[in-house]
Amino acid sequence: MDSFPIIRVVSKLIIPYILLFGFYVQFHGDFGPGGGFQAGVILASALILYGLVFGLPAVKAVAPPKLIEKLIALGLLIYAGTGVVTMLAGKAQGTTHNAVANIDHEEVHHDQGRAMANFLDYNALDHHFLPGVLPHGQHLGLFLIEFGVGVTVTSVMTMIFYCFAGRHPETLPANNPAQNREAKS
Amino acid sequence: MFVSLFILTLLVVTAISIARIGDLWAAVMFTGIFSFLGACWMLILDAPDVAFTEAAVGAGISTFLMLGTLALAGKKEKPSTESPLVPLIVVGITGAALIYGTLDMPHFGDPNSPVQTSIQPSFVEKSQPDMHGLPNVVTALLGSYRGYDTLGETAVIFTAGIAVILILRRTDSNQSNFRSSKKGAE
Repeated sequence: MDSFPIIRVVSKLIIPYILLFGFYVQFHGDFGPGGGFQAGVILASALILYGLVFGLPAVKAVAPPKLIEKLIALGLLIYAGTGVVTMLAGKAQGTTHNAVANIDHEEVHHDQGRAMANFLDYNALDHHFLPGVLPHGQHLGLFLIEFGVGVTVTSVMTMIFYCFAGRHPETLPANNPAQNREAKS
Repeated sequence: MFVSLFILTLLVVTAISIARIGDLWAAVMFTGIFSFLGACWMLILDAPDVAFTEAAVGAGISTFLMLGTLALAGKKEKPSTESPLVPLIVVGITGAALIYGTLDMPHFGDPNSPVQTSIQPSFVEKSQPDMHGLPNVVTALLGSYRGYDTLGETAVIFTAGIAVILILRRTDSNQSNFRSSKKGAE
């Protein structure tokens, strides 16, 4: 792509805005359309655009495949870990207070005396630290799981691109220093 | 009404073009256009979240991935030697069955359809107090009321990513590990 200066300059200009929009969709998903899935796809498309224009080695320097493949698992861990944290937090508080969010109201009354909150019951995340500044309760729970979804989707999409582009006959020897070394020796 | 008809007509035209065109590069571009028209259609149906996803995934990432596949597979479709009669009949019967199935469905926006009546009180009324005033009902539904579902969906994406890595990856570390283990065996 060295011979396409317009594409290089234009993509350099718009990639920061794509990233910014991705983060906006990620962290504003509770208030407007969007959420982790869409944000992940947008962030990944920024990385993929960078990779298409500047080559696979350049984007692999920005987002190393070793890191990306760990982030795939980390996102899911954040999601499931939020669920475990709600269980533990409910235990620490001793009661599932403010359990209005449960759909089945009869079950709520049964749950009142129980010492543990349900898996992914975000009401257990209520806290009174910096009220109005830090999100809490349902808001914090949604924020965390959307973040987990975003991390997983971004890294899976980027990884799929790496896998496809890595098989390209033209780019394969270039991004494979191990092979080049062996060929020289 | 006019805009809906216009977009639906364009969707049909694009679909026929994708099926008819022999140039795979153009076909991939047409699938991107199809997804974008689909996103416009979802927006008319008052589903901005779905439209958003359709635009980002259908028109964005899938087009990228199909272009990546084209780079490996070539840009021209092989001319088919089979007779198109049997596939045409199968597609015709399937399409007729699908259209027959829509005859029973409630009209668009029907207040008496099961979608509007089956859950009482509806999530739209309940979500505001439940979520402490978070306005996006879709996020509240997906993330909180149906958190298990979304956890499962995330696990599906995770599994798909792992599967793609296992099938397609040929990275440096992979090959050098393979080589060194082979050398060790020798």
